[in-house]
Amino acid sequence: MIVLLFYIGLFGGAFLIVHLLRKGLQSRQDFTSLKTVTFGDESAVRADRAASIISVLVIFLIWAAFTGSKLIPLHVPGPFVGETQFTYTVENADGTTDDATVFIRVPPFGEDAEDFEVDPGTGFAKDDAFAAPTGRSSTILFDKNDDAKRKDGAKIIAINGNPIGPDEKVNVGDGSVSLTGKGAISFTPAQGLQMNPIWLPAPETVVARFFEIANEGYQNFSLWQHLGWSLLRVIAGFIAGAIVGIPLGYAMGLSGWFRGWFDPIVEFMRPVPPLALIPLVIIWFGIWETGKIVLLFLAALWIMTIAARAGVSGVNISKIHAAYSLGASKWQIMRHVIVPNSLPEIFTGARVAMGVCWGTVVAAELVAAQKGAGMMIIAASKFQLTDIVIMGIVLIGIIGYGIDILMRKAENVLVPWKGRS
Amino acid sequence: MPELDIIDLSMRFDLPNGTSVQALQDVTLSLKEGELVSVLGPSGCGKTTLLNIVAGFLAPTAGRVELNGHVVEGPDAERGMVFQKGALFEWMNVRENVEFGPRMKGMPKEERDKISDHLLEVVGLQDFKEKAVYELSGGMQQRVALARCLANEPDVILMDEPLGALDALTREKMQGLVLKLWKETGKTIILITHSVEEALLLGERLIVMAPRPGRIHKEYNLPFAERGVNADLRDVKKSEGFAETRDEILSMIWEMEEEIMGRTEQAT
Repeated sequence: MIVLLFYIGLFGGAFLIVHLLRKGLQSRQDFTSLKTVTFGDESAVRADRAASIISVLVIFLIWAAFTGSKLIPLHVPGPFVGETQFTYTVENADGTTDDATVFIRVPPFGEDAEDFEVDPGTGFAKDDAFAAPTGRSSTILFDKNDDAKRKDGAKIIAINGNPIGPDEKVNVGDGSVSLTGKGAISFTPAQGLQMNPIWLPAPETVVARFFEIANEGYQNFSLWQHLGWSLLRVIAGFIAGAIVGIPLGYAMGLSGWFRGWFDPIVEFMRPVPPLALIPLVIIWFGIWETGKIVLLFLAALWIMTIAARAGVSGVNISKIHAAYSLGASKWQIMRHVIVPNSLPEIFTGARVAMGVCWGTVVAAELVAAQKGAGMMIIAASKFQLTDIVIMGIVLIGIIGYGIDILMRKAENVLVPWKGRS
Repeated sequence: MPELDIIDLSMRFDLPNGTSVQALQDVTLSLKEGELVSVLGPSGCGKTTLLNIVAGFLAPTAGRVELNGHVVEGPDAERGMVFQKGALFEWMNVRENVEFGPRMKGMPKEERDKISDHLLEVVGLQDFKEKAVYELSGGMQQRVALARCLANEPDVILMDEPLGALDALTREKMQGLVLKLWKETGKTIILITHSVEEALLLGERLIVMAPRPGRIHKEYNLPFAERGVNADLRDVKKSEGFAETRDEILSMIWEMEEEIMGRTEQAT
């Protein structure tokens, strides 16, 4: 919730600052900037590059600020670390009262609390020394060293002079104190707003983990083997899907019998998410490579079939008529008109299919694998190695994005006429 | 001697609701070699159907089309087509588009290049040979389409509103080009249009078709195409008889359109 408010604040703040800065340097006068009607004119809306850069920076800033990263000086308040104390008042069975102080040391996260001693002081309530773990509540058995025991009817009536009863809570500055149902003290150091590293490690931890795993590998395989195997499965599954799907799509686009025969199958299988097929694929093909590649094949197959069919159906009939009138044979029309005409659609399908395959392979590796990007993060999550999980997610995202960029570049080179007929 | 004979051509479509449409009824037309015939008529008179049958894309329900003495049974390189738009191959550049027909026949590269060099010069695109077709304007694209058709050396050229998608100025220029190509190559051409002026300017013979059922309504023999070969088309439009014939045909088509409207109004 607080993170969201921060995010909205930074969004608005960055917008205002960038706009104020830009007012000074309105130099470019291209066609779009001279438009007076921009609200509602989609073509006048261009992605603001400054916003994109700031957006990425803001994510890292918030990540760093909420994890107490050493990379930036600004942090949200962290959990309490250091020494603190509070005083409790005990009432004995006979109605007499006495005060005693609890000295508390909270070590930084990840370090063990070391026991220490304090002078017990005077009266029937003795001072206590307590080493509390960070960020968690712990119970202080105050009467261990006191002369007045709880079993004899002694009970705490106030903390730092504030009255307290069972299941009530008193704030003591660096934390809060409450009484358990049995009358013992429960102390919780202040949590702060920072994330526990088990939930979200600092960015530098993730980067350090990346270099560590890049050098040493993880779970018997190097990082590149994990990622490489995932990619290899995607490519194998995608190529298999394309090899079967594209001719099938062509056949469906060119022959009524093929279309009639395969339409129900394709239309039925298309909306089934590949992940829903995992159990069946495992039963049929086992959990190892065959199973995964079959799954990716099925993920790519329907997409490629539909893309190829759409590519054939999309050919302008004038082009076919013109080619026949120019003396082309059926085979020549296939080779010189139908195939090139369907390439833009097939490329679009290939981009979608690669994206789906990449998502599916990670999910399949979550279920069962010895190597792969998905296996890496699911194995790390079992040991609460959140930094590896986050590193894996970032790498999966980068690779998926990279695949899409490569496909787009290939598209620009191979089918420059796309969308320009 | 290439001669195109359209003999007693009839075309009937059955509609899904059980009725049927008589798109053409007993159309008979004969073209001598090198004749330029323009076909005019209100929408729905079957002129495109007629052209598709001659091209071989549709089989008539009765009658036949003969070219050089044999019956047309399907599309063939002897009958070239020029479409309104969208028929160029975007994945080929201008030269490859023009060379498509000869290439399909297996003509060697040097000969093909000679043909395309010549034709692109004729249509005025010698500086655009290696350009992608989607980079050209609509008028230039139609020039490519004309050159591509001519490169294949067809006996008959069928034009389905080839200038219909162009703006008025480009259209005027292209009309001059069509006349020039016709005179230079001596091809037999059937040109479909729904611009009365274009039909008058480009047609040695002008066929006016009437709808429901599609049939030949009236035929004119016109001097304007011959005049236009050597003169400015704007002068031809001012020349003797042009305005009168145009008005006569226009009112003829108006009447047909009104008759259709009246009939549909009665039906509803």
